[in-house]
Amino acid sequence: MYSITADKLTKKFGNFTAVDAITFDVKEGEIFGFLGANGAGKTTAMRILCGLSYPTAGQARVAGFDVYKQQEEIKKNIGYMSQKFSLYENLTVSENIEFYGGVYGLRMKEIRPRMRNMLETLGLAGEANKLVSSLPLGWKQKLAFSTAIFHEPRIVFLDEPTSGVDPVTRRQFWEMIYEAASRGITVFVTTHYMDEAEYCNRISLMVDGRIDALDAPANLKKQFGVETMSDVFYALARGAKRNE
Amino acid sequence: MNYIELHNISKTYDKGKVLAVNNISLSVSEGEIFGLIGPDGAGKTSIFRMLTTLIIPDSGSAKVLGYDVVKDFRQIRNEVGYMPGRFSLYPDLSVEENLRFYATMFGTTIEENYHLIRDIYVQIEAFGKRKAGQLSGGMKQKLALCCALIHKPKVLFLDEPTTGIDPVSRKELWEMLRKLKTENICIFVSTPYMDEALQCDRIALIQQGEILSIDSPQAVVGQFDKFIYAVSSDDTYKQLKVLMQYPERLNSYPFGEFAHLVVAGELDEIRLGEFLKNNGLNDIRINRINATIEDCFIDLSRQTKV
Repeated sequence: MYSITADKLTKKFGNFTAVDAITFDVKEGEIFGFLGANGAGKTTAMRILCGLSYPTAGQARVAGFDVYKQQEEIKKNIGYMSQKFSLYENLTVSENIEFYGGVYGLRMKEIRPRMRNMLETLGLAGEANKLVSSLPLGWKQKLAFSTAIFHEPRIVFLDEPTSGVDPVTRRQFWEMIYEAASRGITVFVTTHYMDEAEYCNRISLMVDGRIDALDAPANLKKQFGVETMSDVFYALARGAKRNE
Repeated sequence: MNYIELHNISKTYDKGKVLAVNNISLSVSEGEIFGLIGPDGAGKTSIFRMLTTLIIPDSGSAKVLGYDVVKDFRQIRNEVGYMPGRFSLYPDLSVEENLRFYATMFGTTIEENYHLIRDIYVQIEAFGKRKAGQLSGGMKQKLALCCALIHKPKVLFLDEPTTGIDPVSRKELWEMLRKLKTENICIFVSTPYMDEALQCDRIALIQQGEILSIDSPQAVVGQFDKFIYAVSSDDTYKQLKVLMQYPERLNSYPFGEFAHLVVAGELDEIRLGEFLKNNGLNDIRINRINATIEDCFIDLSRQTKV
C-alpha cells in the first residue's frame, strides 16, 4: 500500500521546468528522505504533494487523493512541520495544540484528553500554560512534531525539521519519528544533514528537477562505491547545471 | 601574535536573566581556521558580536589584532571582515553596487583585491545587475562573503556561513576558506554541522554558553576515553529500545544507518550479538569504531549536565 505515488510529475514556470517528470512512490509507514541541492526543485514538488500548488503535467496521489482534484482532502490527511515555522510563539502550548487540532477539524472534546496524553508523554504537562516563546528550542521542536501528527494524519511532511538543534535533542527527535513510523504514519522528510538522510528507509536525490537516484542509503553508498551519503550527494549534485 | 584573544568573557541579556556566554577564554593565531561548533542558542552569535564590536561584554576582556574590543572598536572595524548569520546586505542595491559600496566604505576598490574574491565572484558575476534581495539563498551567501573580503581583512568572521546551504555548496565554501588561509587571513567561523569541525585547525565545542572542549579536531576525538560499537539490524526502532536494556550500556543513540552503543571498555561482541538476537533482531552487524566529533559532543554534553 502506497501513501504517495508520483508518475512523471512536472511543474513548469513559463519556460523553466522546476520539477521534471519525477516518478516515485512512498510506502505506508516508510521514512522517506527527499534530498537535493538548493534550487533542485524539492520545495516545488513538496508544495504539489501538500495540495498547495497544481502540477503542469503528470499524475500524483497523496494518501489516495488526486493532486489536481482533491487538494482539500489531501490537506486534511497530512501533517506539516518545518524548522522555519511551526508553532505560534505568542500562544501558549495548549493554545497552539487547540488551534491546530481545531484547524484539522477535531472537536474540543477530542482535543482535551488527547492533549493531556501528549503533554504527559513529552514531559511537558507542567508547561501547558506557558508561552511557546519561553520554551527551549529542543522542546519546541518536539512539541511541533507532536502537534503536526496530533490529528493522526496518514503522512507527515517534515521540511528541514532539525537544523540548528543540538545532537542529543536531534536524536530524541528521530526516535519520535521512528515511533510515529512504527504506528504506520508515513514520514516524508527533507534535510541537509547527510547523516540524517541515513536514518531514512529510502531516499531520493533531486538534481535539476529530476530524481537522479532513489534507493536505501546503504545501497546508494554501495552503488557509488563511497563511504558516506555526503559523497553520494556530491557525486550526483556537482553535475547540476542549474545555478539555483 | 594572537589575532583573537578572549579572557573570561561573559554576556547576559534581559537584565542578567539570560546567560548567553559564560566565562569563555580562548585565543586564535595568525592564519588559523578556528571553528565554534554548537547548536542554536549556544552563544556563538553573541561571541561574534562582541568580537566585531557590535555589543559589549558584561565582564572579561577581548582583543582582536591586539586592539581592545571596547576601547579600540574603530581600529577593529577597519581591519576585520564580518559575515553575519542573517543576510544583511542592501536588498535594493544590485550585486555590483553592494560590492562597490563595501569596497568604497573601506577605502579600496574592487579591482585592488579582486584576486581574493575571484573564485566566488565568478559564480555570481552573471547576476551582477540583479538586486541582492532577489538572489537565491546560496548566491546571497556568496555575495556576502565577497563583501566581507573585499577590503582584504586580516581576520574574517563568518557566523554560520553554511547553514541552510546544500552539501555541494558547503564543500565549495570550505575549499575556499582553506585557500584564504594561505593568504594568512585568520578565519573565525561557526557552524552547527558537527562534521565540518574536521575542516578547522582548532575547534571549540560550545553549548549553553560554555566551552565543552577546545583543541584540534583530531585531539578532541583522541580524548574520547570510551568504546563505541556501531550496531545495525533489520529493525532500527526496535534495536534502539533493545540497546537501552544492554547491561554494560553507558549510552546509545541512532547514528545514521547504525546505532552507536557506548561502553566503558572492550565488549564481547558475540555476547552482544546474542543479546540482540534473543530480543528478536536479525541481520545483526557489530563493529567497533572510532568516535566522531558528534560522539564527543554528545558525551561531553552529558557530562556537563550531570
